[in-house]
Formats: sequence, structure tokens, C-alpha cells
Amino acid sequence: MRYGLFLFGIFLVGLLSSCGKQSQQSAESQRAVVRIDGSSTVYPLSEAVAEEFRQVAPDIHVLIGVSGTGGGFKKFIRGETDINDASRPIRAIEDSLCRTNGIAYIELPIAYDAMCVLVNPQNDWVDYLTVEELRTIWAPEAQGKILYWDQIRPEWPHEELHLYGPGVESGTYDYFTKAIVGKEHASRGDYTSSEDDNVIIQGVASDRYALAFVGLAYALNNKDRVKIVPIDDGNDQNGAGPILPSPETVRNGTYQPLSRPLFIYVNRQSADRPAVEQFVHFYIEHMPALAPDVGYVPLSEKAYQLVKQRFQQRITGSIFGAHGSQVGVQVEALLEQAGQP
Amino acid sequence: MSKRWRAYLLDRLVGILGLAAAFIGLLFLVVLIVSIFKLGIARLSWDFLTSFPSRFPEKAGIYPAIVGSLWIFVGTALFAIPLGVSAAIYLEEYAKKSWLANVLEINIANLAGVPSIIYGILGLEIFVRTLQMGQSILAGSLTLALLVLPVVIVVAREALRAVPPSIREAAYALGATKWQTIWKQVLPAAFGNILTGIILALARAIGEAAPLIVVGALTYVPFIPRSPMDEFTVLPIQIFNWVSRPQHGFVINAAAAIIVLLVLVLGLNGIAIFLRYRSQRKVRW
Repeated sequence: MRYGLFLFGIFLVGLLSSCGKQSQQSAESQRAVVRIDGSSTVYPLSEAVAEEFRQVAPDIHVLIGVSGTGGGFKKFIRGETDINDASRPIRAIEDSLCRTNGIAYIELPIAYDAMCVLVNPQNDWVDYLTVEELRTIWAPEAQGKILYWDQIRPEWPHEELHLYGPGVESGTYDYFTKAIVGKEHASRGDYTSSEDDNVIIQGVASDRYALAFVGLAYALNNKDRVKIVPIDDGNDQNGAGPILPSPETVRNGTYQPLSRPLFIYVNRQSADRPAVEQFVHFYIEHMPALAPDVGYVPLSEKAYQLVKQRFQQRITGSIFGAHGSQVGVQVEALLEQAGQP
Repeated sequence: MSKRWRAYLLDRLVGILGLAAAFIGLLFLVVLIVSIFKLGIARLSWDFLTSFPSRFPEKAGIYPAIVGSLWIFVGTALFAIPLGVSAAIYLEEYAKKSWLANVLEINIANLAGVPSIIYGILGLEIFVRTLQMGQSILAGSLTLALLVLPVVIVVAREALRAVPPSIREAAYALGATKWQTIWKQVLPAAFGNILTGIILALARAIGEAAPLIVVGALTYVPFIPRSPMDEFTVLPIQIFNWVSRPQHGFVINAAAAIIVLLVLVLGLNGIAIFLRYRSQRKVRW
């Protein structure tokens, strides 16, 4: 039983040393730390920035957690994090909780993501889809009714339609339903859902009668296994006819309505800490180079300038009026509007 | 067909079915291991073990995750073992049959069935927020210690019960006190079996991701934790993150990290088996 005594000894030492550490907590908080949490969609961007930032400022510790946009906001609202990664604008309820807790935030759009509609490569009948058709497929009313391809367009085969998509907890689902059905969180329930986009890709790649939607990075990385469907939004002002998602069509606003901006929310008080300030500046500056590395689309140069200004002037509040997901937004125009005194 | 013949056939049939059942588990393990090794073995290298996470799969590594996992493993062991074994000693050797002992017993058995994420929420409120430990290794270890405690207690009790009462009676007959009997006779005899339970429990702890994510374990940690109050990440969280990334390279990384986790768990099991073997050799009555 000497092992037991030995272990118990270590246990006591551990306890004591951790108590000692407690009193050092005040010193700890002086340590240069940037705390980030939030969306798993935005995580690769923040990770890329943190990785590069470590080269220039090795003494500043950037810590990133992944609790989802909503879970991250819960921590942000308690003041536990400096920055929240968000794949949708802040919601009204989150905004008001921030107010009651005395937390002001600076909302910074940082890049675009897009939702891509996929079919199997052997699917030779789908050449494009209109938003109207997508609504027919995904609307809550379609549940149990729209079950065959020829119900979407009569000339398509009378074969079963197999739908795949992200789980209802994801920001991707929220945005897709808002853009297609018109209401966040409203869709049919009888589709195969997965929290992991790679599983959705797997499903489409092995099922000739499948139709799915996933994030742009997943679609572009699996071009050889799935077919990306061009989308026609019926609005000729932002590009006529069906448009294929690509970095270009996302950035110039022609791939609509399935493009969306991604955000970081910076705690107003944290922004005055040199470590956080330096990190956020670094973030904005390096987005044009880093976003494509991880499969996202950078904003326009002008937009980044406006984002930078917004941060420098510490403009708080949401340019989206804290209404959650909005469709077809032009980040540049919104920022310009918000920048007017 | 005679009755005897039928009974004989049934006997053989049950034997074969049992064998098949045993092999199904093994089969899945083999399939899992083979597919993981095929995907990930080529990715394993010293660089992979000693690099920090990166946006480029071929440059990314699991250094902070390995160190974090080891910290959590040791921390969980330090809290779960003394507490679990003490509780088992009390329940098995000291507790009289009373309603209190019954209540404790039922609750411990029930705790073993509580989903791990619930422990995460408990740990977040108690350790991280109320006791202000922050998103630290200490908070994570304590949470996982609570998670595995019921298993440790149940197995340790079984082990103590397996020690023949005659040993205790012999010790008492020679004038030993209760504690002397437990410390000098019962515990050494039960040590091997207790260890088995501990290892099973800790192997579970090292594979957990969900409760640690709730407690606030991070995904990106650019430094190696140096004290129990530091932030951390662990291998399962890193694997989980990589599996869901769009680039195929990260999936390969995940497979490689799974191999590392497997080796880690098997290695720790190996140490335990060795210790048990040694302790059993020493026990002589």
C-alpha cells in the first residue's frame, strides 16, 4: 500500500499548490490572454488568425473554445470571454441580456460563408434550382408531400427524393431556412440531419437521389464527390439566371440568397486591453489572406476598411438591429450606413 | 430425439452463440482499428506529436492535447482514487445496515447511470463558477473525478467483498484493530481488483469530451499547461474538431490522433496490469 500513501501525498501537494495558485489569480489575470468562444463555423478563421498571431506576439495567449454561436454568447454575456465567434448576427434576447449585464459589444463582420445545394454526381437531370423550387422542397408544408423528384419539375424522374441537411441547432440551418423558407427555424422535419457536414457529403456521394445543403468549404473540398447546383434567385439585378457558388460570386453578391456574413463580437471593455486590441487589428488585417486558406470568402477591401474604422471608433451595437439572421445583406452598404455619424 | 440429446444440442448451441457474441465485439474493434490505422498511421510522426494546432492539416499537431489529456488523467486519478476507495472502505467495512447506508448505496448506483454531460453542467456551476476555479485543469479533473467516482466505488466494494472473511477474523483473533486489519490485510489483498476498476474508470475519463467542453475546455490552446490552474484542451476534443472540418487532411489527422489516444489508453492499462500482477504475487496467506 505504499503506492496509496504516495498517491495521497501527491494529492495533498497538488491541493496545496492549487490553493497557492488561487491567490496568484490576480496576477494571472494580468497575463496577456485573449479569450474567444463561439461558433464552430467561425472557429477555423479564428484558429488561423491565432496561429499567425503567435508568430508576432508569442507572449499573448489566444484561447479558443467551440460552444456554438448561442453557447458562446451565453459566456460572452457573463463577461467570461473577450470575443465571440458568431455565424449569425446577435439576437434581440442576447442583445438585451448584454444590456442588463452591462456588456457593450462591437460587432465586426469578418468574412462570407455560403450554403451550397448539392446533388449526386450521377444526377443528370438537375441543371439548376430556383429559390422557389427550394422553398417547395424544404417548406414545412412539404413534409410527407413532396417525396419525388418529378414533384419539383414534371420532366424530372419519378424517383424518391432523399433530403440531407445540417441539424436544427446549427447556424447553417437557421440561415438556410430564413433565406429559403422565409422564417428562421421553419422547415420540414423529415430529412436526414447531421451535425457533421462531412456525414452529409458522404450521404450525397453515395445516393443518386439525394439533395442536400452544406457550407461552402465542405462543398468546394468535395467537388469530385458531389455536384454543386447553381441557384437562381429570380432577381436579375444581382446577376441573371442560375449562379454557381464560388468565392467570386459570393463576394460580388451575385450568389444570393445563400451567402451570409460571419462575425466576431468584441467586448467593448476588453477592446481597451492592449492584447485584445492588437489581436483584433491583426484579425481584420489578415482576413483577406487567411480566409481563403480555410475555405471562406473575404469581404471587399473597402469593407475591411470600414470594419477597421468601426473597431477603432469603438462603435457598439448591431448593424442588424439585433434581429438574428438576415438575408441578402450587403455588408459594405450596412457598414457605410452605420458609419455615418 | 431423446431428452438428453436435446439438452446436449442446446448446450452446444448456447456455447456457439456465446462465442459468436464474444466475437462480434472483437470484430467491431478490429474493423475500427484497421480502418483507423489505414487512414492515420502514415500521418504519425514526431512533428505531429510535438506541434501546435494549425490551419494546415499537414502542419498541425496534438502537443497541447496530449499534455492536457495527461494532466486531466493524473488529476482525475488523484481525486477519484482516494475518495472512491475511502468511500468503498466505509460502505463495505464500517457502515452498519441502516437506512443511511441504503440511501448511499442506491444513490451511488444511480449516479453511475447519469449521462456525462450532466456532470459537465454540475462541474461548470460548482467548480468553474461558484468556487471560481475558471476553465482550469483542476475544474476539469474534479468534474471527471465525480463522473468516474461511482464506478470506482462499486468496483472497489466488489474487490473488498471478495476478500474472505476468514482473513479478517484471523487478524482480529491476533488482536489487530479494525483499521490495522483493513490496512495490513484487506486492502493489499483487494489491491489488484481495485486497480482494475480504477483503470476502467480512468480509461473512460481520458476518452470523455462532452463534460469537458461544458466545463470550458478549449479547442485551441497555444501553450503547454504548466499548473492545475491553466486552461487546457484534450485529445477527444481535438479529434472531434478535426473530424468535422471540411479538408480531408484533418480527417487523417483525427485518425492519427485516435491512434495516439488508443496507445495512451492501452499503455496505461498495461501499467495497471503489471502493477496488479506484482501485487498479486506478493499476497500470500
